[in-house]
Amino acid sequence: MSTSLFTKVVHRQLLLAFRRPAALLNPLTFYAVVIALMPLGLGPERQVLADFAPGLLWITALLASLLSAETLLRSDYDDGSLEQIVTSGGSVYLAALGYVISHWLITGLPLMLLVPLFSQLLSMPTEGVLALVASIGVGTLLLSALGTLGAALTVALRRGGMLISLLLLPLEVPVLILGAGLVERAISGLAIQGLLSILIGLAVLAVTLVPIAIAASIRISLEV
Amino acid sequence: MAWTWFHRLGSPPWIYHFAGRVLRYLLPLTLLMLCVGAVWGLAFAPPDFRQGNSYRIIYIHVPVSVVALAGYYVMAIAGAVSLIWRMKVADLIMRVAAPIGAGLTLLALITGAVWGKPTWGTWWVWDARITSMVILLFLYIGVYALYEAYDNKTLAAKACAILSLVGTVNIPIIYKSVDWWYSLHQPASIKFTGGTTIDPSMLYPLLLMISAVYALYVCLLLLGLRAGLIDSESTTNWVKREVLGGH
Repeated sequence: MSTSLFTKVVHRQLLLAFRRPAALLNPLTFYAVVIALMPLGLGPERQVLADFAPGLLWITALLASLLSAETLLRSDYDDGSLEQIVTSGGSVYLAALGYVISHWLITGLPLMLLVPLFSQLLSMPTEGVLALVASIGVGTLLLSALGTLGAALTVALRRGGMLISLLLLPLEVPVLILGAGLVERAISGLAIQGLLSILIGLAVLAVTLVPIAIAASIRISLEV
Repeated sequence: MAWTWFHRLGSPPWIYHFAGRVLRYLLPLTLLMLCVGAVWGLAFAPPDFRQGNSYRIIYIHVPVSVVALAGYYVMAIAGAVSLIWRMKVADLIMRVAAPIGAGLTLLALITGAVWGKPTWGTWWVWDARITSMVILLFLYIGVYALYEAYDNKTLAAKACAILSLVGTVNIPIIYKSVDWWYSLHQPASIKFTGGTTIDPSMLYPLLLMISAVYALYVCLLLLGLRAGLIDSESTTNWVKREVLGGH
């Protein structure tokens, strides 16, 4: 019974996302708009943009993930689905894991597939593109785990919007540093396997352990 | 029996009076240590041969930074105790530790900036340690803001405990990654003073100041704890007796 809670949550979240494509497209549109703003603020010189590209692409990924984390559990909290999950007797941990994985499938995976396109808007050297795809793919998994935790902690609060960024951004610092650093190393022609392994290790750690904290936070939010 | 002290920790009036008794001795001692340490460090310790007198801010900067870092673990451990044993006292300690820690971290950053201006020639450098302290400040503010956002304070304490525990696991990772980021972006261009070790005539007042700030931290924690106990127990009889006099 408890194993199906994971697949049920994932299935339900994906179904909801495809029935309301806005949920799927909003983070990507946000990403595209912010990237398009960068040349306007920094100037259109290709070299300047290329120098800043890894950092800019990663910071924007962080912001886009924050934006979608805010509403991640909101509707399920409001319509009582979260309460049903907890009272069903199934494992809340697996449900939390389901939320993390489905959030990544809805926001992280499309971004990972489209980020080479965005990197060329900032004329990033092509040597870094594979590293960028790998680091965004693994890194957004970490961001999804932390983002779901932030959502679970603040879902019961009326003014959770600003709070969630304050809670999450300090915790997401290592992802930004490792992710952007990895791309920069790839561009300078250095080996990236070591860093990528660290990032994958952290992602495994986050995906397995953070759902424990998410499950506890969901229970707290339901008591409010 | 051996466990009675543990049960007493669950009794707000006992804690309240115990904290009062500790404060009666600790508060004067702290003030004495602060005064002696400050005068010793600021007036009598020899000037540094490179930095002259400007290094003297070390007697505030270093103790404050050390305690600001330790304070996060006090908060996280109190959070863990409150989650595991559902202790009201631990909730309050965690709640009080967040603003004190944020204040100390801010003070560490400000004194660091003031020290940086004459020695490094700039108020701010994105050095690994400074960056870590900035992130620590945000972690403290996050816990405090989350606590204040909940109306139900029991739930607020639980939520903050989870957040501070996740933060505790994350802190070593943050520090390591910031160290690595710093070494990637710029080689260590700024060294602390040229001297390899610190002379005893400078070290003793520093150690005294570190102990004084630790003691001050405990005092502030206990003062906040007493205020929190009075606040959260305001409807009970012992608080009425306490406030309306007749000790």
